[in-house]
Amino acid sequence: MIDNKSVHSKIRIAVIYALVIISGLACLLPLWNIVAISLSGSAAVTANKVGLLPVDFTVSAYKKILEDGQFWRSFRISVIRVVLALCLNLAVTVPMAYPLTKSKREFSARNFYMNLLLFAMLFNGGMIPTFILVKNLGLLNSIWALVLPGALPIFNVILLMNFFLGIPKSLEEAAVIDGAGPMTVLLKIMIPCAKPCLATISLFSIVGSWNDFFSGLIYIQKINKYPIMTYIQSLSVDIQELLKNGAGSSALENVTELSNRNLNAAKIVVAVVPLLLIYPFLQKYLITGIVMGSVKE
Amino acid sequence: MKQEKKKTSRKQVKRRSNAAYHLMMFPGLFFLLLFSYIPMVGILMAFQDFVPAKGLFGSDFVGLKHFIYMVHLPDIGKIIRNTLVIALGKILLGTVMAIAFSILLNEIRIKFLKKTVQTVVYLPHFLSWVVLASVVVNLFSLDGSVNQLLTGMGLDKINFLGSNQTFQGLIIGTDVWKEFGYSSVVYLAAITSIDPGLHEAAAIDGASWWKRVWNVTIPGMLPIIMLMAAMNLTGVLSAGFDQIYNLYSPIVYETGDVLDTYVYRIGLVGRQYSFGAAVGLCRSAVGMLLLLSANGVTKKMTGQKIF
Repeated sequence: MIDNKSVHSKIRIAVIYALVIISGLACLLPLWNIVAISLSGSAAVTANKVGLLPVDFTVSAYKKILEDGQFWRSFRISVIRVVLALCLNLAVTVPMAYPLTKSKREFSARNFYMNLLLFAMLFNGGMIPTFILVKNLGLLNSIWALVLPGALPIFNVILLMNFFLGIPKSLEEAAVIDGAGPMTVLLKIMIPCAKPCLATISLFSIVGSWNDFFSGLIYIQKINKYPIMTYIQSLSVDIQELLKNGAGSSALENVTELSNRNLNAAKIVVAVVPLLLIYPFLQKYLITGIVMGSVKE
Repeated sequence: MKQEKKKTSRKQVKRRSNAAYHLMMFPGLFFLLLFSYIPMVGILMAFQDFVPAKGLFGSDFVGLKHFIYMVHLPDIGKIIRNTLVIALGKILLGTVMAIAFSILLNEIRIKFLKKTVQTVVYLPHFLSWVVLASVVVNLFSLDGSVNQLLTGMGLDKINFLGSNQTFQGLIIGTDVWKEFGYSSVVYLAAITSIDPGLHEAAAIDGASWWKRVWNVTIPGMLPIIMLMAAMNLTGVLSAGFDQIYNLYSPIVYETGDVLDTYVYRIGLVGRQYSFGAAVGLCRSAVGMLLLLSANGVTKKMTGQKIF
């Protein structure tokens, strides 16, 4: 009886470990395959011979990227965009979240502003009126079209507001008695106490703007001004078009040149490297962030 | 006398700090009005034959013309159905997988393995669909790894990306693959907050592992499951533009075209601005209703508000 039970539980534990390890591999191996492809010779890639280890190991794809002017132009545009968006997001979010922690008695317009924010979260003008606005502002083909429409992340304002509300009131009161005004309280008390939350919203901002390709797709019409993800996206589209229309032999030659899948794989790997560099921080702060955002006690 | 002086100074302080608060709000309000509220005014174009050169105030009003056209469009039913099927499939399967994974992960006692697996399964969440689309194409194209596996087993090749039978399943499956790890974070937090005494008591009473999962763990997670379900349901009208845009092609418009991709193609690429805005308005309005009712339901059931 006891033996039977312990055998059962041993099998159960083995199955659980196996399932968890399989889930991990299922997430890792498809990504690793791209890395292996980027390091393989193009003949082996075209013949679909590459699994988890590179075949005919070569770094020629990466060497080619080094000479690819457009890739680095797009990479630089994305880096500048991330920095601009991060600074703007913080500069707008932080001073907006603080007055919203005040009660109606302390700040008479508080509820009006809060409702204005909440309604914008509930309802929006949609893709097309926003596009027409950005167009009318003359922002098309400018980096500001990638940054300004997302300058105010409402969700982050509310996240930070909730975090501010969790900071003990006595800290603030003590500062006010010592004669500190709202600006001093924000700079000297609230911001230092809210560092983990600020890290979370900064990472939200960085990952969001690095990964976004849609703004680039609709607001930027010149390839040489594409951010990195829009540029990579345009590569795969070009190949589809070519495969559809490419009838002549020269076009076919172009296809083999362009469908250099190992080159595209290498571009993807390089475009993901910045995210991998901040991944340890992502894990640390975004996970507290998601729990903070959804579990309000 | 002294008291009065104190009162006025307090009022002055309040006025001064109120002014400071307004000033702090200003940058945010500026962007809120510019990029949230002005486009709401721009919705007027849904009731016009909008011509960019004439602008919002010069274009002719045509009443409900575009809405009537939309209702009579043969495609619209198909697009709404695709949107709901894909979004609901993602929510259902995604929730089940995330809960199951969090329960399994919670059983892992080897710390190093647990940490490693967590690191790996959270990763896809942080990658763009532009990147993951190449991963998916690599796996599921006609001569991709999955089809190599199928032919190796003596089965026929399946054109996952180019067939209307498989496309929705592929979209749902790959999205669950991307998100199950990250979504499990919340559920894992919920599991660890369950009183271990309950488990011990159930074990002493002779409950098997399965029974404890069903009768202790899952009921303990229920408030969070409900909250997350309500939150997810508010997104039922956005089936995931980035993912579908990067994976679909005209062959699978029949099953893969959703509201957002449709508005993008017809409204922006096809430049039917007014019609696109009309579809967008309907989408926003229904989305708002969903969010409000989800908020009401969760408030009633769990006492928590989404916002």
